[in-house]
Amino acid sequence: MLQKQRSSLAARGKTHAPVFAALGDETRIALVARLSGGQPCSISQLTKGSKLTRQAITKHLRVLEGVGIVHSVHAGRESLFKFDPTPIAEMREYLDFVSEQWDHALARLQSFIQE
Amino acid sequence: MNDRIEKRIELKVPISRVWRAVTDYREFGEWFRVKLEGPFVPGQVSRGQITYPGYEHVKWEAVVQKMEPERLFSFTWPHPKSLDKADYAKGDQATLPTTLVEFSFEKTATGTLLVITESGFDNIGDFRLEAFRRNEGGWTEQIKNIERYVAKAA
Repeated sequence: MLQKQRSSLAARGKTHAPVFAALGDETRIALVARLSGGQPCSISQLTKGSKLTRQAITKHLRVLEGVGIVHSVHAGRESLFKFDPTPIAEMREYLDFVSEQWDHALARLQSFIQE
Repeated sequence: MNDRIEKRIELKVPISRVWRAVTDYREFGEWFRVKLEGPFVPGQVSRGQITYPGYEHVKWEAVVQKMEPERLFSFTWPHPKSLDKADYAKGDQATLPTTLVEFSFEKTATGTLLVITESGFDNIGDFRLEAFRRNEGGWTEQIKNIERYVAKAA
């Protein structure tokens, strides 16, 4: 039982696909790298030094926000973007892992009981 | 986010048979793959040793909650700090966050409907995430790699 689930965890690339898909872009990688320092940044701060427009940066941030890598927090009139190291994907994956364990256990129960 | 797991299974045997397979500690041990020290008793700790090949070092420890004959069987059990063998081995209720596992039994036209729910995962959320980051690498580590990569490329 446990062994099987371990190997499914080894295939975590699959469950994290959306996260990695979101990171499959240079601009977004750069944004994440910038935010992962822990300091929340405004769109203006993130646009500064970039060739991209404010709108383009915002769009990329929304993609990252969509997969839980960043969160926006309001600070006055501005939105600050904050790196989130605890994406729901991690928890989801653990639930999937436990869920799969139950599937295996129930399959064993079924064959035990009906043999 | 959804904090519970629910499984339903239809078994083509009478409810009494399913009840025994789930609540008799020897029968439970057969399919769950755990060698239990003794019978399940509400309010008492159930101890044992996992018998699944490769995981024989892993301890089983649960606290039996309810045993309502042919209706409900429940226990709480701890979730290990990580999937590391060492962490799995020390699964004790005193120090680890637990979830509630419930088996409910229902008579059907063809046999028995068994519903298993496991709930309380919100209790273990942060704890668990920490464990994942620490032991499984997880994507936080990947982000760090990316960060290092970006720093190098800059």
